Formats: sequence, C-alpha cells, structure tokens
Amino acid sequence: MKRFFAWSAFLLGSLIFILPLIGMTEFSLSMRRGEYSFDAYASVLSDPQFRQTFTYSVVMALVTIVFGILLVVPTAYWVRLRMPHLRPIVEFITLMPLVIPAIVIVFGYIRLYNTSSWLPLTGTSTGTNILLMFGYTALALPYMYRAVDTGLRSIDIATLTEAAQSLGAGWVTIFGRVILPNVFVAVLSGAFLTFAIVIGEFTLAALLNRPAFGPYLQLVGANKAYEPSALAVISFVITWLCMGLIQIVVRLAPKPPAQSH
Amino acid sequence: MAEPFLKIDHVRKTFGTTTVVQDFNLDVGSGEFISFLGPSGCGKTTVLRMVAGFEEPTSGSIVVGGKDVTRLRPNQRNIGMVFQAYALFPNLTVAQNIAFGLKVAGEPRADIEKRVAEMLDLIKLQQFGDRYPYQLSGGQQQRVALARALAPKPKLLLLDEPLSALDAKVRVSLRDEIRAIQKELGITTVFVTHDQEEALSISDRIVVMYGGKAEQVGTPFEIYNRPATKFVANFVGTLNVLEGTVTDAASGRVKVGSGEVLLKDKLNGSKAGDTVSLALRPEAISLGRQPGRETTLGGEISEVSFLGSVIRVRVGLGQEAVSLDTFNSPASPPPAVGDKAEISFSPDDVLVLH
Repeated sequence: MKRFFAWSAFLLGSLIFILPLIGMTEFSLSMRRGEYSFDAYASVLSDPQFRQTFTYSVVMALVTIVFGILLVVPTAYWVRLRMPHLRPIVEFITLMPLVIPAIVIVFGYIRLYNTSSWLPLTGTSTGTNILLMFGYTALALPYMYRAVDTGLRSIDIATLTEAAQSLGAGWVTIFGRVILPNVFVAVLSGAFLTFAIVIGEFTLAALLNRPAFGPYLQLVGANKAYEPSALAVISFVITWLCMGLIQIVVRLAPKPPAQSH
Repeated sequence: MAEPFLKIDHVRKTFGTTTVVQDFNLDVGSGEFISFLGPSGCGKTTVLRMVAGFEEPTSGSIVVGGKDVTRLRPNQRNIGMVFQAYALFPNLTVAQNIAFGLKVAGEPRADIEKRVAEMLDLIKLQQFGDRYPYQLSGGQQQRVALARALAPKPKLLLLDEPLSALDAKVRVSLRDEIRAIQKELGITTVFVTHDQEEALSISDRIVVMYGGKAEQVGTPFEIYNRPATKFVANFVGTLNVLEGTVTDAASGRVKVGSGEVLLKDKLNGSKAGDTVSLALRPEAISLGRQPGRETTLGGEISEVSFLGSVIRVRVGLGQEAVSLDTFNSPASPPPAVGDKAEISFSPDDVLVLH
C-alpha cells in the first residue's frame, strides 16, 4: 500500500513536470499543417541572430566560469584554511543573489557605473560586457561557492597544504597542483551550473542592452508562434546536457574524492 | 655533544592568553633519533610544528644545521615531514607523490625518475608506483608518505604521530622499518608520539613533555629506570607507588604498611615522620623471597591477571597495593586470590619520587 502511494505521488509529480514539456515539444513540431516536422527548429537554427546571440552567451558563460573559478576557489580555500570563523559571513554573502532579484542588481550597476559615474563601464561595449560578466558571476555565486565548498570539505586541505609546503611548494604550486585538481569535479559542477544560468539569463542582458541569448528568446517569443517553443526545447536540452555532463564527469573521475585517511 | 644539528633555544608559544610551550630547550645531534613523548595537550606537536615552520614561536629561536630558521617559511626550510593522516595527494599516483618535492625543486626528469625508483626500493613498494593512494592500505600509504618526505633529501625529518592511525601489528612492523631507514640514511629525526612503548623502542633519546615543558630528556634506559619527576615515573611504564613514613632519614628507612623498607641512599631533606612516595616497577618485585632482593613485605593476593607469557599479580599490603609480573609456567598454576604472599625487591630498584 505504501509503495502504491509512493508511486502515485511520483507519477503525479512527473506528469505535472513532463506533460507541459510534451505539449511544448509537440507544438514546436507542428509548424507544418497536418504533420510533424522540424521546420520550427530549421527556422531558428538558420536565423543569423540565433547564432550571434547564442555564440555571445556561450562566450560570456565561459568568461564568467573562468572569473568565477578564480574568485571562488581561492576564496573558499582561504576561508576554510585560515579564516574558518568567517565562513558563516561568506556563506551569507554568497546566498544574497538568491534573495536579491537580478533587476535590483542591474539597476544598482547602472546607477554606479553609468557614463557620468567615476567608473563609466556602461560607456563602452567592453565595459558593459565586463559589467554583465560581474552580474552573471553574482547570479552563479550561490551554486559555484557551494559546489567548491563541498569539494573542499571532502579533502583534508589543511594537512595537504602543510604536506605540500614541507615539500617546498609555494602558494601557486599548492593551489594549482594540490587543491584545484582535488576539487576539479566540484569546480566542474559549478561551471556547468554557471553555464546553464548564463545561457538563459534575460534580465541583466536586456537591461544592459547586450545581444545575449535570453533577450533573443524573449524577442522571438513576442513575434513568432512555433519558434519560441523550439527555442525553449533547445534551451532545455542544453541545460540537461550540462547536468548530464556533471554526472558523467563525477562518474569518470579517476579516484574517489575521499579524505586521505 | 658536538655542535648540535637542531637547536631549540628558549622557545615559547602562546595562543591568546594560553601558553602551550614554555621555555623549551633542546639540542639534537646529527643523525640522532629523538622522540617527544607526552599526553595530549602537552605541547609536543606544537614544538614539532614550530620546527617545521607551521607555527611561529612567540619567543626563542630554532637553528637547523647552523642556520637560524625561526622566521623562515615552511617551504624554505628543507625539512621533511610525515603526518598522522598520511596527507598523500589523492589526485597523484604513488610515484607522482614521491616525485612532488623533486619537481617543485626543479630537478631534471631523469634524476626524478631515478630517485623515485630508489625511494620505492627503500620502502619495498616497487610494484606500486602507478597506484593511487586510495588503492593502498594504511601502512603502505604511510610508507609512501615517508618516501615522499625523504625524496628531496631533507636536512631533518619530522614524524608527527605517524603510527597512530594504524592497527597494532602494522604499527610495530612500520616502527621497526622507520628506524631501519633512519639508521640507513643517518638522517636526524624528531618523532612525536603519545605511545611510550613506541618511544622507548625506537629512540636514541626521549623528551618527556608535560604542561608545555620538557620534564626529562634522556635515553630510553634513563627515562625508564631513573625518572626525574613523579610525572615521568607515572607516565612511562607501569609503576607501583607506595606512600610511606620516614622512620630514619639518615639510614634511609621508611615504614610501609606493617613492614619497613631500607633505601639505598639516605633521605636528604627529610626527617623522621615525613611522608615519602616510593616507586617500584612491577618487574623489580618478586613473589616470595629471591636472592639479591633483600627487602621483603607481607601481604595478600588481591587480583591475578593472566596475560599469556606473563601473569600480573596484585598484592595488597594493608592500605597499599603493588602489581608485579611473573613469567607463566605451564608446570605451575598461577597463585590464587586470597593467598598470603610475601614480596621481595632490592633497595637499588626503589625510586624516591619528588
């Protein structure tokens, strides 16, 4: 009886989640009257704006990932190693993007970095791109920090650091050859999550007027019928691919991230 | 001693208002194997960490090979260290772990490969170079950690309770292996342990620590047989402590229970009626009268523990009680609880604790 209720709840949950996806996918395949076709997908993929915005967002995602790793991994490492009393504060700060809407962040950016401010980042495309990257990093911070912190928790970083120091290693060597490789899987998890967030992000890109994939999705949705569904399916596939890659990387890792004793 | 290889001079360490090491002094000769022995919190690991450079002394200096290293960073000291938790890099194979320090030092690849092979030979794990640490047992991991620490030819080797995480059998064999390797290489070694048997069996000299101070520094023989303080006497080995009353200080006579103990020396600074603590090792006491053990006391057997080759017998002497060891003999059964017994010992074996 217990199993029956458990399975019923599971099926109900699955239906609530899967049915709209099936409906949307079915609709995206119905562009040609009376038969299923990939016309909507062909239309989307042949649109030069799709390629431009998608490429832009991919590049932004990669830059955000690199910046996020450089910011988060040393911070999380140093906090765990030398300032464990600051951990609750750092955790709180990294959670802020979850409770502060993106629109508040972007208005703050525009107010602080507009062309009449002391640091007029919005005055140039590069400056605005940098600002957008900072915004993306902030949005991905809760996920990236947690992933990396969990990875660091699974190894004895204090002893590994001391072992490396006693063997003559400086901080750069310790970080690059001991710490980073041992939290690589966790960093990759954070990277894929960052990628998924950046690819579909709308608010920051739209309000900073950057040619990103999120605003393009909205534009197509406002003007066309079948293509938005096709784009939504493509976005879902990209996100799921990211999640799948996390799983594959975790499973193919050469060794368990076990503590060294 | 000639010029010491490691000189720890008036070193003090405080954390906030707590002093964990107070005025610690030690000279270690080149090639010597010295152990820091003491209970948890006695400051032994803190001293070791100051030598390694992981903690900075609040005051005092540390000199290694004639060079003051007190303010040097750990990676500038050329001191090898083995940790209790092995601390092997999980992402590197055994060979890569051993090669780590050599790579950091920028050694040529051919030299690194040769040295790694030498180290694998030394720890008898020639076939394990390609394995990852998680594929090895605890004892094997600690041998790799030892090889990794020795590979860059450090001036000094520090071992921070390296055997504590291992099971009893492996602990004994690895202990002997560490000592053999240390003798073969002639490297000056400082070993931290809370296990007295380990310290006694492996060391040239032992520093017994308590409350952030060195209570006694001496050879294992001296530490065991001539403890300088009550703490050392109690901490190292099993000890019977008998409270007695001085009857004649000049001739060294002390009343214990209903009997009298004659000491080897007179009791300086004591007078008749004073209370003194006398200590005896279990192996210094015989059940029954024995030649050469002139002092005898009468009592009653209160406990008998069969430990295999040895039988530990506890004998009540009025308010006091002593434990003694007799060898097991299949031909004669062990004594029974409640039997009247006489114990004997030599005045030479009685320690007066201060």
